[in-house]
Amino acid sequence: MRKKPDHIKLGKVLTLLKEIQEQNGSNKGKSFKIQQNLATISYETVTYLEKTPCIHQTPESIQRLLTELSPFNLTKAEKLQLLNHRPTTAVEIQLMIEESEERLTEEQIDKLLDVVSTCLPGEPEEELEEEEGKEEDNQEEEDAEDMEEDVDKGGDGD
Amino acid sequence: MFVLAEMTDTVRIDPWNFKMKLNDAIKIELHKKLANKVVHKVGLCIALHDIVKLNESHIIPGDGASHTKVHFRYVVFRPFLDEILVGRIRSCSREGVHVSMGFFDDILIPPGALQQMSRFDEAEQVWVWQYQSDEGMHDLFMDINEKIRFKVVDEVFVDTTPVGPEDLAEPSQDTLQENQPKKSPYSLVGSISEPGLGLLTWWT
Repeated sequence: MRKKPDHIKLGKVLTLLKEIQEQNGSNKGKSFKIQQNLATISYETVTYLEKTPCIHQTPESIQRLLTELSPFNLTKAEKLQLLNHRPTTAVEIQLMIEESEERLTEEQIDKLLDVVSTCLPGEPEEELEEEEGKEEDNQEEEDAEDMEEDVDKGGDGD
Repeated sequence: MFVLAEMTDTVRIDPWNFKMKLNDAIKIELHKKLANKVVHKVGLCIALHDIVKLNESHIIPGDGASHTKVHFRYVVFRPFLDEILVGRIRSCSREGVHVSMGFFDDILIPPGALQQMSRFDEAEQVWVWQYQSDEGMHDLFMDINEKIRFKVVDEVFVDTTPVGPEDLAEPSQDTLQENQPKKSPYSLVGSISEPGLGLLTWWT
């Protein structure tokens, strides 16, 4: 309770809680009581964390991201947010990085998004689609195919 | 979102737990005491991370238990100000939008911190963002259980430790307690009044 606490990566919390859950599971038969509070909070937190991009992260991918991020001059908190949220759009970057308009050019933001998506595995878009309704799945797949064809043909623009 | 909080506490181990390794017994006690509890000005305690240092154990006359001063680190939910979080809408009311993280429920986005041009729909009991685009006005409903991205703008800690009899005697304290019967010890105030914030489906 004395000094300013360190922020910790979501992945680390998840690993710790999983270990605790395992231990709790194996201790059930033994004499001491199951700790209700701990069981509740670890279950709820794990449920939450498993829906975040951190579930796909490995120490190697995080290390690679941090190396790639070094030229951008971001603060520790900003890097942590990038890691926790794995942003895929420019508008998210603007939220997570303070005064991003002044500090980063548009190309840099694009580069940043590119770095984040290549270093960190995960598929947030697919998760979103799953939630929006299963009936539309077929329709969406067809649409996706159409889109792909369009992309193949296109590419002119300016 | 989570911090490692360094704390110290004196842990009492009952004699019938002496057969256990001291470290394990202390772990159990610390989990029992802190897991899923809010510590004032620290945050919502989740789980023990590690034990940093154990001081000598003492036995106090008249008590068979051992008392050990422990330095340890606990995983605590305490988002920093301006941090971006994703939660789900728990309910909407005139006071604003209530958001839950699953493990933490006391998050409120007050009406002033919603997107501009938001209104409360009395019939549906939800907040609606009236989004103005080139083609006209769109009503974007903030339905319950939708994923929502918000920014933490304030945190409120309320000391809920029981008050002593002298304090209770004061009439001002009495009325205060009656007016707010259940005050959560730790709550967050969120904001979604920036581009990129609000329901995840708005920005994809």
